[in-house]
Amino acid sequence: MSLFQIFDTAATGMSAQSMRLNLVASNLANGDAVSSSIEQTYKSRQPVFRALLNEINPDDPAVGVRVAGVVESPTPLRREYLPNHPLADKDGYVFRPNVDMVEEMANMISASRSYQSNVEVVNSARQMLSAALRIGE
Amino acid sequence: MQLDNAFGIHSQALDLRARRSEVLAANLANVDTPGYKARDFDFQAVLRQEIPALRLAVTQADHLQTEQGLVPPSQMQYREPMQPSLDGNTVDPDLEYSNFAANALEYQASLRFLDGRIKSLMLAIKGQ
Repeated sequence: MSLFQIFDTAATGMSAQSMRLNLVASNLANGDAVSSSIEQTYKSRQPVFRALLNEINPDDPAVGVRVAGVVESPTPLRREYLPNHPLADKDGYVFRPNVDMVEEMANMISASRSYQSNVEVVNSARQMLSAALRIGE
Repeated sequence: MQLDNAFGIHSQALDLRARRSEVLAANLANVDTPGYKARDFDFQAVLRQEIPALRLAVTQADHLQTEQGLVPPSQMQYREPMQPSLDGNTVDPDLEYSNFAANALEYQASLRFLDGRIKSLMLAIKGQ
């Protein structure tokens, strides 16, 4: 019964979106984690989504999604002159993560909306299946 | 009267509706995938085709029979985006979701037709 595949497809969407939401939470939590060198500073992390093709049957239109990887944002870090800060380097600078709060909030809303639409898909598919089970009653 | 004919086109329609909801669910799952192209098929055109064409040919004994109601790849079409996005994704979530909801309703309608046929058959069998 092909309707069962909808659950799998929507579940891949939900897990990818929840991973994205998780990264948003991580970025927001680490948004103020200053440090004294570029290497040690937290860099904003973003997921890369990729469509999940059915390897046995590439023409199968039921395509899920997966997180192909997590990339660190290449945006330059913010350098701030704070000579009294305990983590300041020898020139008196600290490095702030390149987390853009506005971007992360927009990301968060988009991820939760997409998650919700996948949940709705699961609910509709469940109703369709249970209607099919009641046929002829 | 044959039992297969008793259900008319509704069993095939039901199958195709289920298939279409799967395609639309895939579009919704990939709403944020860069480069993903939204897909759909013309329900009427596919239904109008001969029903045996919906099955893959089994020419060898060890071929597996695919599920009935598989839409032939030639019938799958890409959606024309209204507002293309920079990352090449053409999924419009509002459009996909309204299509999904309409398709789910039509699935229930097909079910209702089948249900009616089954009930009238039951009535004929029991005679009460």
